[in-house]
Amino acid sequence: MPSPVTAEHNKLKRRLGVDTFLLFMRVVMSTFVILGLLMFIGQQIDPGNFIASRVNPDATGLTAAQFEGLVISGLSQGAMYGLIALGYSMVYGVLGFINFAHGEVFMVGAMTGMITSNKLHESGAWESNFAASLLFVLLIAIICSTLTAVIMERVAYRPLRGSPRLIPLITSIGVSFFIQNVSVVLLGPGAKSYPTLPDWLARKRELLGFISIEGTRLMVLVVAAVSMVALWYLVERTKIGKAMRAVAEDKEIASLMGINVNRTIVTTFAVGGAMAGVAGILWGLLFRSVVHTTGFLPGIKAFSAAVVGGIGNMGGAMAGGITLGGAESVAPLVLLEPWGIDGVSQLKDAVAFLVLIFVLLVKPTGLFGERLSSEDRA
Amino acid sequence: MSAAFTEPHPPADLAARRVTDQDWRRVLNFGLLLAMVLVFVALTNMPVKLDRRMLIEPVFSMGYLSLLWLPAALGLLVSRQPVLAGMPSYAKGPREVLAGALVGLIGGAGLSVLTVLLDNFDIRDPLVNWSPQLLDLLSFQRGTTFGAGVWLPIGLALGALGGSAHVLSVTARRVLGWAFFTVVAFAVFETVIIDLSEGFAWLGAERLVDELYFIRGGLTVHGAAALAVVGGLFAAFGRGPARRAKENFQALEGPSRTRANAVGLLVCAAALVVLPLFLGGITNELLANVGLFVLLALGLNIVVGLAGILDLGYVAFFAIGGYTAGILTTTNRGESWPDWMPEFYWGTALIFVVILAALAGLFIGAPVIRMRGDYLAIVTLGFGEIIRLLFLSDWLGGYTGAAQGVTNIPGVQVFGLATVKGTDPRAVFYLVLFFCAVAIYVSWRLERSRLGRAWMAIREDESVAEAMGINTVNAKLMAFVVGAVLASFSGAILAAKVGSVFPNSFIILVSIVILVVVIVGGMGNIVGVIVGSVVLIGILGGPRQPGLLQEFSEYKLLIYGVLLVWMMLKRPEGLVPNVRRTRELHQAEYLQDAWLRGEIDTETDSHADDTDPGGVNTGGGVLPA
Repeated sequence: MPSPVTAEHNKLKRRLGVDTFLLFMRVVMSTFVILGLLMFIGQQIDPGNFIASRVNPDATGLTAAQFEGLVISGLSQGAMYGLIALGYSMVYGVLGFINFAHGEVFMVGAMTGMITSNKLHESGAWESNFAASLLFVLLIAIICSTLTAVIMERVAYRPLRGSPRLIPLITSIGVSFFIQNVSVVLLGPGAKSYPTLPDWLARKRELLGFISIEGTRLMVLVVAAVSMVALWYLVERTKIGKAMRAVAEDKEIASLMGINVNRTIVTTFAVGGAMAGVAGILWGLLFRSVVHTTGFLPGIKAFSAAVVGGIGNMGGAMAGGITLGGAESVAPLVLLEPWGIDGVSQLKDAVAFLVLIFVLLVKPTGLFGERLSSEDRA
Repeated sequence: MSAAFTEPHPPADLAARRVTDQDWRRVLNFGLLLAMVLVFVALTNMPVKLDRRMLIEPVFSMGYLSLLWLPAALGLLVSRQPVLAGMPSYAKGPREVLAGALVGLIGGAGLSVLTVLLDNFDIRDPLVNWSPQLLDLLSFQRGTTFGAGVWLPIGLALGALGGSAHVLSVTARRVLGWAFFTVVAFAVFETVIIDLSEGFAWLGAERLVDELYFIRGGLTVHGAAALAVVGGLFAAFGRGPARRAKENFQALEGPSRTRANAVGLLVCAAALVVLPLFLGGITNELLANVGLFVLLALGLNIVVGLAGILDLGYVAFFAIGGYTAGILTTTNRGESWPDWMPEFYWGTALIFVVILAALAGLFIGAPVIRMRGDYLAIVTLGFGEIIRLLFLSDWLGGYTGAAQGVTNIPGVQVFGLATVKGTDPRAVFYLVLFFCAVAIYVSWRLERSRLGRAWMAIREDESVAEAMGINTVNAKLMAFVVGAVLASFSGAILAAKVGSVFPNSFIILVSIVILVVVIVGGMGNIVGVIVGSVVLIGILGGPRQPGLLQEFSEYKLLIYGVLLVWMMLKRPEGLVPNVRRTRELHQAEYLQDAWLRGEIDTETDSHADDTDPGGVNTGGGVLPA
């Protein structure tokens, strides 16, 4: 809520060329989106209508099954973004800086998952007892990515607490670079694959009679939901969570209340790392391939998701992830294709970044409102 | 200002501590850290890869150096305590040697264990470098037992060597350090020096170089010995005159100082103009690459260093410069362009490059200008990625050539005198040099202008700057525009140099490498940025450009990452710091020092750059990267 004083201040402020430009951009972007949507609806009704025949002559429209597929793949991808976004959001809430290397924590999870599952596959346990070995893989990945996050905090970020804002951000870029290249020099630069999943998991299933979903995607959604509930319980219902919220609100007062701020910050990193580890395994099982750069784009997108949902806000992070994943999957075909743009699927990543820019221009506090400590709100 | 404060190793007030009076935990921590780092370095296969590069033929390769410098360095660091002004300090003695030796021993034990493991297990599946070659290298080709045993005494000896540096007098340390670094520097710069000697063949330089270097690469033993002696002698006797010359220079005031500056600048400029004539293709190519990055880094320095805006999508402007110049000058233009569009001359195209880059700077700058610093970083990164994806997409493929990029870009005709293109690195270097000179002049003038002061005020505190009547929005936009134009020059030269532009030359990695260059060199300092480019791009290499240590190409990004973190933690002001920025970053320490000295911050001005109370200056030199 802007206080009346700031509102007054804004009114008094000179209107600069930039503001006009920004207004113009907001209008252009909104118009583009709305027109695209209208044309899409037009195409769905009649692919050969007079607008479509001019703007996008090879319009075919989407079938219901295609649309459903897009939504479901967007949702499952978004659920993973949401899991990664939780780490960004919590760290930003507590320390007020973007942990750029969080995407790499996710990559570490996916990599350790790849190594463990391949070893299990070699020993035959992957086929004979899939559920147990999956749990084992998940456990190892969570441990490794949690450790990565905690060591990262201890080595690189703790000495920088209280330094100017951009310093930890630049450090985290260095950490991200370092972890990526550690993976290159230790494990090699090529893409590595996960073992195949058993058929009973991977095959398509019918849900509620009208949703057809691959088992893997269903698993992603279920695991994400379970992790989210567990995290919600941890943050809102336990003493540790209370400490985390207190530290996020005000570190000094929290320490006066007898909370060990350092330990709470480590816990925050650990929880975020664990969530990223889960997301890494899910990513590996869904796409069955990991490289050292696996963490980069999902990491940035997950941060965008955290911003979209309102940074520092956990439910917001998950909702932002799903929004972003959905937008990234649906928007190229729904909003760009009707404009007659070729090869829209190549612009998937560009759409994700445009969503971020759009949200920051239109509603910088995110869709669900940010929750930041008093010093970061300024 | 007390003398004790400027001297890195003030005379001790207290007698040396007993040998057994150790901080055992610290020793153990350092030892374990060393063991971990050694095992990691071994598993990166760096020793094997670098083994081909000889430093001193046939006794010492860079592969072994990559392992051996670590115990010595950590043995030195383990007993280094920051000496606070006005506080008593202990004399150094056998205690420090023992601490170093123990650290080295633990580290050596780590390598011994690795040797045994390498011999008995094969986990090449995840760890690709788990190879017999590595085992051979670690065991000196004499079997596992020897290898496992020999690392313990090696670690012990090197650690003790590092620790004993504390016991030596300052002069002795300086002499040894200089001798060592002279040898390493001559080994690293081998290509350049041989290249230079060919240019100066009429001076008989070749004969000297034949003595110094082995035919297949690496210094000869007597060459290395001679260099060590020269380096040591310089450290022992040359330092006094050098310091006196520096003091004389600093004592100059007013017009005479300006004159001295101008003379120095002229000498540097003349050297840069004349030297390439004596250099061969490889070195000129290297210099041209360094120059391209100097140009980029100077641009980013204005954005990050002066205005304090962390622009991670800086590569977008590089790409726009390259693509604009490429598309306008190419003879093989994409089919979507109208037929009447002429093929421009590169110089004419440059006008469009500048205009487009400035517009792009405004366009990318405007939406992000009001954002928080860290949001701004991510959003600019997003813009950088969007621009690359657009160049790559089929949608604009008719204009930009999609994944094939723009090819057949002709070289630059300079008044009919010469054609600048990739096959003639010397001409490219001169072109780059010209633009670098322009960029340096622009940065230098801007830094001292009203706009430059506005940028620095914004960097330090935006709200205060605004309250002082600075139009922060316009100033920040100007930073974006100036940075964009400098980067676009670099892109345009790249297009003419390579003859083609591809989307993959403009990945985000490039932005980050430029950022590392700026930060390692010193944010906000022109000399620092140039030093950073020369050291990093020249020696290690750029994202796609090989450096002097070509063997390092697999590891350079790793090293960039480590450097970025290490610099941020230990020396955020960079190698060649900007005085004002240093004070900003170390404000707390300066205040504490002033308090310790019992003065209220009145005299710190003239010594702001040589006091480093964090104890970061090693005195003995810089750690080899």
